[in-house]
Amino acid sequence: MTEALHWLGYGLVIAGILFFLAGSLGLLRFPDVFTRLHALTKADNLGLGLICLGLAFQASGLAEAVKYLLIWLLMLVASGIGATLIASTALACGLAPRQADTPSNTMTSERPAPK
Amino acid sequence: MRLLAWGFDLLLAAGLLWLAWQALFTPRRFSAVVNFMAFYLLMALVWVRLDAPDIALAEAAIGAGVTGALLLTALGRLPAGTSTGADPRRWQRPLQILAMAGAAMAALWLAWAAYQLPRPGLAAEVTAALDATGVSHGVTAVLLNLRAFDTFLEIVIMLAAVVLVWSLGPPLRAFAPATALPGLPALSHLLHPLFLLVPAYLLWRGTHAPGGAFPAGAVMGAGGVLLLLTDAAPWIYLRRHRLLLHLLLSSGMALFLAVALGGMLMTGTFFAIPLHLAPTLIMAVEVATGLSIALMLMAFYLLGEPGQ
Repeated sequence: MTEALHWLGYGLVIAGILFFLAGSLGLLRFPDVFTRLHALTKADNLGLGLICLGLAFQASGLAEAVKYLLIWLLMLVASGIGATLIASTALACGLAPRQADTPSNTMTSERPAPK
Repeated sequence: MRLLAWGFDLLLAAGLLWLAWQALFTPRRFSAVVNFMAFYLLMALVWVRLDAPDIALAEAAIGAGVTGALLLTALGRLPAGTSTGADPRRWQRPLQILAMAGAAMAALWLAWAAYQLPRPGLAAEVTAALDATGVSHGVTAVLLNLRAFDTFLEIVIMLAAVVLVWSLGPPLRAFAPATALPGLPALSHLLHPLFLLVPAYLLWRGTHAPGGAFPAGAVMGAGGVLLLLTDAAPWIYLRRHRLLLHLLLSSGMALFLAVALGGMLMTGTFFAIPLHLAPTLIMAVEVATGLSIALMLMAFYLLGEPGQ
């Protein structure tokens, strides 16, 4: 039983790392603040949750496992509110979300505008 | 597994050097600050790898958290458009090369000196002396009993830094957020019980495991900074609370000094704590210094003396 939990823990941690990689890729590749926040908060929170769950499965006792899950809960609250603040401040400062037909001003400032 | 650990350590060291370089020489100030914060997070990981969780906790909380927030706040107050920093003039080039060569020489010399140190360190001697200190955790024993004078001086330096920051100008209120969202006040309400619970836990833990005054003070100070950012601590700016603020700021240092002088009266040696009083006194000093550190970190954030 403990052996199975151990391997399940490894699997969850690896899945969490994959989500982190996807989130980081999104942060690097997405065009504006809002889409980057979307990638970062969603993928990274899920990834952190999976990692914490995986570590909790491998923990030596219930107290340790609950601490891992508490870390995830605190990060969820902090990053959710932080992301909302960043996005709303960006919107209030005049950064428009990128639309399908109007290219956003954050990305295309260096490139010549398409005719 | 050993190879993996070696690879991880090498990656960590290379990342540390790269982030330090970026933090110093990147032309944009904002990315310099972000690189600085990432540098301290990696530094905390390095301390974990070196089996020093006490230092890792303090490094992550003070280096990355509080200092990073302080730098970001200062950055937000700089006028826009001046965000290019390091741009060395032509005549500065030789000086730059000289400084870099000097730093490299010093690093090599330090590495050589560290290599020459006696191998197992002083851990065995600390463990042998542990019974005479009144606490059961080696790091706390060193910090608050065996080498208490060093810790006392650290507190004094922090207090001097607060005086220095406060002498620079009037206090500055945090900017209100660009949009009035309920999220930030709600976050600070939600987290305040935790900002008290976690430091209390860290202080209690410090007597027998990694923890103690510095990490506890850093966590509580982070809570205080959040209070200032949400403008939820207007009392700190009032003139009639000025004396109280000064007393609280210096309380850790004062209690530490009182304990040291009391030890001198009772045993004849400065900073010698009698064994039967040691657990209580060390706990009291830890609580007082923890509170003082929290308030000092908060005081840096005011960027000037309140109540003028």
